[in-house]
Amino acid sequence: MHKIGLIISREYLTRVRKKSFIIMTIIGPVLFAALIILPTWLASQDGEQKVIEVLDDSGNFTGKFQDTESLVFEYITGDLDAAKERVPNDNTFGLLYIPAIDIDQPAGISLYTLSNPSIVMVKTIERTITNEVEEIKLTKSGIDKETLASLKADITVDTISLSTTGEEKASSSGAASIAGYVSSFLIYFFIFYYGAQIMRGVIEEKTNRILEVIISSVRPMQLMLGKIIGVAAVGLTQFVLWVMLTFAISSLVAATFGIDASASPQMSAQAQDVPMEEIDNIMSSLTSLNFPLIIGVFLFYFLGGYLMYGALFAAVGSAVDSDADSQQFMFPITIPLIFSIVVLGAVLKDPDGSLAFWMSMIPLTSPVVMMMRTPFGVPEWQLALSMALLIGGFLFTSWVAGRIYRVGILMHGTKVNYKTLAKWFVLKN
Amino acid sequence: MELLITNNISKAYTAHQALTDVSISIPEQTIFGLLGPNGAGKTTLIRIITQIITQDKGEVIFNGQPMTLKLTEQIGYLPEERGLYKKMKVGEQLLYLARLKGLNKSDAVAKIKGWFKKLDISAWWDKNIEDLSKGMQQKVQFVATVLHEPKLIILDEPFSGFDPVNASLIKDEILELRDKGATIIFSTHRMESVEELCDHIAMINNSKKIIDGSKKDIKNSFKTNTYIIEHDHPIELIDSAFAISRQDQQEEGHFSSEVQILNDHTSNDLLKELMVNSRIISFKEKIPSINDIFISQVKSKDHA
Repeated sequence: MHKIGLIISREYLTRVRKKSFIIMTIIGPVLFAALIILPTWLASQDGEQKVIEVLDDSGNFTGKFQDTESLVFEYITGDLDAAKERVPNDNTFGLLYIPAIDIDQPAGISLYTLSNPSIVMVKTIERTITNEVEEIKLTKSGIDKETLASLKADITVDTISLSTTGEEKASSSGAASIAGYVSSFLIYFFIFYYGAQIMRGVIEEKTNRILEVIISSVRPMQLMLGKIIGVAAVGLTQFVLWVMLTFAISSLVAATFGIDASASPQMSAQAQDVPMEEIDNIMSSLTSLNFPLIIGVFLFYFLGGYLMYGALFAAVGSAVDSDADSQQFMFPITIPLIFSIVVLGAVLKDPDGSLAFWMSMIPLTSPVVMMMRTPFGVPEWQLALSMALLIGGFLFTSWVAGRIYRVGILMHGTKVNYKTLAKWFVLKN
Repeated sequence: MELLITNNISKAYTAHQALTDVSISIPEQTIFGLLGPNGAGKTTLIRIITQIITQDKGEVIFNGQPMTLKLTEQIGYLPEERGLYKKMKVGEQLLYLARLKGLNKSDAVAKIKGWFKKLDISAWWDKNIEDLSKGMQQKVQFVATVLHEPKLIILDEPFSGFDPVNASLIKDEILELRDKGATIIFSTHRMESVEELCDHIAMINNSKKIIDGSKKDIKNSFKTNTYIIEHDHPIELIDSAFAISRQDQQEEGHFSSEVQILNDHTSNDLLKELMVNSRIISFKEKIPSINDIFISQVKSKDHA
């Protein structure tokens, strides 16, 4: 066991000291932080107000447009062509032209601008006009504003998940989806990226011809497991550093420039025209998620999935002489991974359906799929069964991989196909 | 005392038989030549000794005990196909390999420094392997093989890739290691180094051991009772006990002949006969070289 420790520390230290690791570790959080901060920063830079001239030939909309922080409406009269010619020269952003329209079939409303208007701007204008048209129609039908206001209802359904213990907790499918997606994709990415690193490490040892020296000191299985665990430690280190650095950089930048980072979801929500309350709901229900459970389950599937696939990647590396030869064997490994990403949408629609259930039990797909289900709440027995199956899957793949690996690493220049792999597998020691 | 004994080792791969009942015994503190053509099974035998693969049948006895993975810590193995981690520093790499052999860190560092000084390569500690020439890498590999002071050192084609200066340096190191108590298995195709270094020899062909024993005994057993004679006039031999297998004129005007004694006559009888018609300049017994024995054995078994 002491020797496995040596192998793990070599695999870990040589990788962590690499320039590419250091660069990735620094650039990653800078990018993440930029993703968080840039929208906020850009929005705060958008301080100048845009002036839109409104030429209202119908007369129904004059004075109806509400000025906002970024939009100011000025009402003009006169000829459309003359007004259009003026737009480039005075400091206005654009010209909104409303012809004398038929209320029942409103058409021909145009916004003339020099540069492309933002979606928010167009939506704001459309909403105002729609509201006005609706109101005029209502008035025509004899319903006044007060009656209408008393008719309007605002219903939100509070989703409360029940647990077998009788506890009730507020839940939000929105927050759960976000948590599920983020953690599923992280696991998928981690398995692929670090699995490929294991494979390359094995190929490197094979082509360097150092393997025979090493396995005259340790068992092939020890070497394989040492490599898998060492690379896992590299991945975890990178992940933890990313989380910490992202957090540090974004709060540092936010503090320096005085940006309220928490304002950013609201800013982007505005852009997507989502009512503010809904965002608030999601934000508040984020706290309703069982974070200790999600993080615990995440770490388990993160490592479990990686270990299981890692063994397979190591076996592929041992069977080939170069990266290029590995393609044919990579295919069956990547298919279940890609498939589990593809079905995420369906799982999201029905997190307790039979597709979601079976995919979260099969060890090859469970790391990604179970992670999607967890934030929605999964019965404990299912979680336990899936975890047990994943551990079983890991033991099975490392047993299979170990048998291929011990033969493969000593083979050079042989043409390998699945038949050869099967022969290696059954070969006695 | 034998350091290593293999008893009736057999190993079959799916397509062919790699070793058939191979038994060798290697006396302590000797250099043991393991010879054989390509594909004869030498590497398989070495891999079984080093526990890289397992034999189908037979046993390996090391220092009186059945071989185990723990005992391989007392073996240093330099494979024919060898390499090092390219991106690792020389010092770190040697440290890693030594510790895998069970050395603790401070012992390993001290030993590496000792070897570096001895081979005059102290400046290499912080160099990456990929920045060294092939010959320099070979030196580092040699150090890695012997660093943990193994009882048994297995060298598979140790001189390939070395220039003559470094080859003789390594040769001296090998002899010194033997004199200090190590036993060395030396697998090679280069017969002149076998001739020079080995005390004992085993020859493997087509998965079977065909010869083994001390170099002297083997050579003696392959003698054909033939003598090489230099003389100044052509000779003719009347006695049917002698057969001239070759006679040709040298550049200096002398003649050189090879004469085989066919029955129980002695070399003195041959000399008497020769003295009659020519002046003898030199007279010596023809001793077969390992190279001749190797070629004749491999050929005869292949045709048998």
